[in-house]
Amino acid sequence: MLTESEPHFRQPLLKTPFHERARALSQVDSFVAWSGYSTVDVFTTVEQEYFAIRNSTSVYDLTPMVKYRIVGAGALRFLNRLMTRDMRNLAPGKVAYSVWCDDSGHLIDDGTVFCLAVNEYRLCTAERQLDWLCASAIGFDVEIAEVTEEVAALALQGPTSCALLQALGFDGVERLKPFELRQFAMPPAALPVMVSRTGFTGDLGYELWMQPADAEGVWDALMEAGRTRGIRPIGSRALNIARIEAGFLLPNLDFISAGHTLRIGTERSPLELGLGWLVDFGKGHFTGRRALLEEQRRGPARLLVGLDIEGNKPAHNTLLYADRAGMKQVGSVTSATWSPTTKRNLALAMLDAPHFAMGAAVWAEIYLNRELTWQRRMARARVVERPFYAPARRRATPPADF
Amino acid sequence: MRGGRAAGVRLAGGEEIKARVVVSNLDVRRTFLETVAPKHLPPEFLAQVRRFKIRGSSGKLNIALDGLPHFPAIPHGSPCTRGDMHVTDTIDMLERAYDDWKEGRWSRAPYIDMLIPSQIDPTMAPNGKHYMSVFVQYCPYKLADGEWTPQKRQAFGDTVIDTIARHSPDFKDLILHAEIRTPHEIEAEVGLTEGNIFQGELTFDQLLFNRPIPGYAQYRAPVRGMYMCGASTHPGGGVMGAPGANAASAILRDLRLAQST
Amino acid sequence: MTAAGTPRYDCIVVGGGHNGLVCAAYLARGGRSVLVLEAAGQVGGAAVTREFAPGFQVSACAHLLHLMPGALMRELGLSAQGLKLAAQHLPTTALSGDGAHLSLAPAGLAQRLPADAVAYGEWQALGQRLAAALHPVLTDAPPRLGTGSWRARASLLRLGWRIRRLGRCDMRELLRIGGMNVQDLLDERFESPLLKGALAVDAVLGTNLGPRSPGTVLTLLYRMAAAGGAEALAQPAGGLGALSTALAGAATAAGAQIRTQAPVARILVSADRASGVVLASGEEIAADVVVSSADPKTTFLGLLGSEHLDAGFTRRVAQLRTGGLAAKLHLALERLPQFPDLDRQALRGRLLIAPSPQYIERAFNHAKYGEFSAAPMLEITVPTLADPTLAPPGKHVLSAIVQYAPYSLRSGWQAQRQSFTDLAIDTIGAFAPDLRDCLHSAQLLTPPDIEREFRIAGGHWHHAELALDQFFLVRPVPGAAQYQGPVAGLYLCGAGCHPGGGVMGVAGRNAARQVLREAA
Repeated sequence: MLTESEPHFRQPLLKTPFHERARALSQVDSFVAWSGYSTVDVFTTVEQEYFAIRNSTSVYDLTPMVKYRIVGAGALRFLNRLMTRDMRNLAPGKVAYSVWCDDSGHLIDDGTVFCLAVNEYRLCTAERQLDWLCASAIGFDVEIAEVTEEVAALALQGPTSCALLQALGFDGVERLKPFELRQFAMPPAALPVMVSRTGFTGDLGYELWMQPADAEGVWDALMEAGRTRGIRPIGSRALNIARIEAGFLLPNLDFISAGHTLRIGTERSPLELGLGWLVDFGKGHFTGRRALLEEQRRGPARLLVGLDIEGNKPAHNTLLYADRAGMKQVGSVTSATWSPTTKRNLALAMLDAPHFAMGAAVWAEIYLNRELTWQRRMARARVVERPFYAPARRRATPPADF
Repeated sequence: MRGGRAAGVRLAGGEEIKARVVVSNLDVRRTFLETVAPKHLPPEFLAQVRRFKIRGSSGKLNIALDGLPHFPAIPHGSPCTRGDMHVTDTIDMLERAYDDWKEGRWSRAPYIDMLIPSQIDPTMAPNGKHYMSVFVQYCPYKLADGEWTPQKRQAFGDTVIDTIARHSPDFKDLILHAEIRTPHEIEAEVGLTEGNIFQGELTFDQLLFNRPIPGYAQYRAPVRGMYMCGASTHPGGGVMGAPGANAASAILRDLRLAQST
Repeated sequence: MTAAGTPRYDCIVVGGGHNGLVCAAYLARGGRSVLVLEAAGQVGGAAVTREFAPGFQVSACAHLLHLMPGALMRELGLSAQGLKLAAQHLPTTALSGDGAHLSLAPAGLAQRLPADAVAYGEWQALGQRLAAALHPVLTDAPPRLGTGSWRARASLLRLGWRIRRLGRCDMRELLRIGGMNVQDLLDERFESPLLKGALAVDAVLGTNLGPRSPGTVLTLLYRMAAAGGAEALAQPAGGLGALSTALAGAATAAGAQIRTQAPVARILVSADRASGVVLASGEEIAADVVVSSADPKTTFLGLLGSEHLDAGFTRRVAQLRTGGLAAKLHLALERLPQFPDLDRQALRGRLLIAPSPQYIERAFNHAKYGEFSAAPMLEITVPTLADPTLAPPGKHVLSAIVQYAPYSLRSGWQAQRQSFTDLAIDTIGAFAPDLRDCLHSAQLLTPPDIEREFRIAGGHWHHAELALDQFFLVRPVPGAAQYQGPVAGLYLCGAGCHPGGGVMGVAGRNAARQVLREAA
């Protein structure tokens, strides 16, 4: 939040309502800018934080997610024309992941739509885009307002997250199915907290949405209740490993919004990003539909796929070739990590047709830094199914008590 | 002129300097209406030079300040005062400012673009004092109510100073000296015809292949051995240097050609 | 759903304005079954003759005919349909406050302004050469770029070839003046403010531009090119409505059906294709193709609805500049007012009150700030001199276009209607002192009136402002510039398309050609 005593030019980044708590727990003082906020990159070590996601409970400050309030008699029609997915099935209490495109069928962003009531929605996105939403609102009876600063949010992810919430008095949270949301009053002060069973880790987990004034109270209660359940605040670096294992895309890494690209041909369509399952051609018109139909007819020229690469050296910034000699480039890696849970060397990569078929083999040109001596290695890589890691507990309702 | 080609120049003092090539950095009107006798130029070229539009539209104030003025709209200590500051309240204000120019008046509420460069380069002013450079639009070369006079120039300057003072209450008290430059002074002191800072208006009929004159957009004058390199030529004014660089390559190409043949 | 017994049509034309009728006539001649649906009680749209006071009739919007290509009129056999011209080659006279009115006829000009007369002759000759080269640009459908189609490439090559063939001198002049403002051009060529004012009128009439606005040479060349270089103002007998009657006759003769008082409420879409229309009455009529002569905003945002369109396209349509600035003044006159210093021949023609470009520019200044002109520019005709049938015997009608009267008047037209009417009458009265004594009644149509009565969003006679960013390849917006929008089976044929408004009919003909070619 901006304060009067600190004019904007001295404080170019906003602080989330959790900032003071996070700063107190930060051991390495590693903060990064995210959507105009200062947020934690690493608290202690990436490995410690990563294992909290997979083995206990992690807490991640989601407040910088851009949030829009969408209300009005035409809100559903507006969303259905904006989104590639059919929004007509999204009932109050439900959440949907979707993407949206420009007229050319190029991806503008992905995000989650929370249906709070009939014709009342909250849209959470990575990037600000009020301009596009307003353009999309022409002809619809709908009001759109950015509420990013009005809603504080935490992601509580990990196998013990449900038990932790139950212990805190979130009665019935165990009955919440994936992509459902419910309002709770958190004891003892009955703080209003909306809980959705959503997340960016591919694990059991929840997202908590509250008023900024209640933020520190909720944080403190979570930390207290989580002491015996291994709760640990995490930064963006640990989350990035988990989201690659889960096969989720990150804007500006795996694709660049069509609203931001400068070079022709660097935009991406949902079909190219492997998100064709989100595109519903049968639901009626939506922005980009005619262009996507045409693209589907032609067949995609490239596709974002999951790669399993030999060795254990992450394939960061790696070019991909059809041949071991590296003569014919057929794509490049967009995100890469060594996956501690699956013990595999994983990557998301954009591959040109026809090299993206399931099971297809390509060669990754990986550079190894051996005590400042760089070596080049051609590693065999195979196109495999995404997600790379999908534990049953992410869907189980009620979740087991870990 | 010797044998139909440029052979050098004669200074105002009478001194003659010979050269194979003469390059004029003056605007196209001064170059061809004042330094070359009309008999050396094609009549239709001269007609086009005469209609080349070069109307002045801006003025300049150079103000010596006793200290840094305070702008309440900018928080104290903000880096914003170190950059360009504009007074451009609304599009309508800019449009009305232009309406005044069309009627041969200086803008009653002018558009202002000001800079206090001594904040970054203290050598531009004595210690603790400041220099403010103020670009003002619109200010016509010809006034509808007669010639420019010192009184009118002062009134123009007062209009600008009052406009700045609306945004800075202590500005007027800090003024040690204000040098006011209308298009008239700009013409007289710098030699820019009608005080036009671009040596010719940047409208489509005088841009690209039309600049300065259709058919003569390659820096070569209709007189052999004579070239143009000023802002009158493509790509135009602003402290850019591109016309000079382009003219130099045209000249070097011609000289090489002449040598090889 | 088609109600039982309702026939299905190949083509429905929404709106029976002149472009809609021309389109229907060509479609019917192309062998299609065509139904024209007109909201008003009579066809014609803004090319219509109406009774505005008991016994007094007037061309309610457009009042002169000068842009419709002769070939189009001949092809449709409009004279066989009863179209007669009450007057042709109407002279233009620029009124001057001192009574020294200036006729733009060559003889009058040579006598009064010998130097300007020569310059005017040269300008007209140049104008005719440029107009001849540019004429096809205005009569053909604009090519679609980026598709690589041979038709688009050939069309652009032809245009380039025509401009090149003008010769070095004319081509250079065209490329120099094409982006200029008309005042600079006129200042280069002429001396007389009165002459310059009269010529500037043609550049700014019906637009949101003043003589110093960029693009005004383009609009002037547009007018010259549309008229084929030789501007011949004409007045149909019975007013412009007679032209629409003849066009309706031509359409009907070719087999088209026309229904009036049948306002379309919505264009139906099924399987992402236009499939018919719903009338305001609820009646549904099915068709393979729907052609809308309504303006682009009404067509896309009103009749079709943005849920059938992409958001970027919708935004481009919503951002079209469509606010009109021309008002129409109709005076019913008990007798012919006396215009001292003006002979009867001049009075039969077109009278301009625009004594200098500066006068027009000042009139335009007000419009920029949402005010009406304190001293408006007028184009006046007294149609009853050539066509007495428009008024009771001995009585007269005066019809004038009054600029500038912005659509969005800051103080609201409700409050200002009477004062602007009085201002316009007094502006004319300055040249005809007994005008008030002759006055029976007056009618003023402001742009909001035109919007309401003629169903043109913004009340702009070109439907969308004529400016370079809304012109030719991108008119009305990229993605709909070839008479076809993004929804298959839906076409545009109104003034919002290339080449724009004025009673020209070219948009209607080109749209019909497009339908016949693509839906063949």
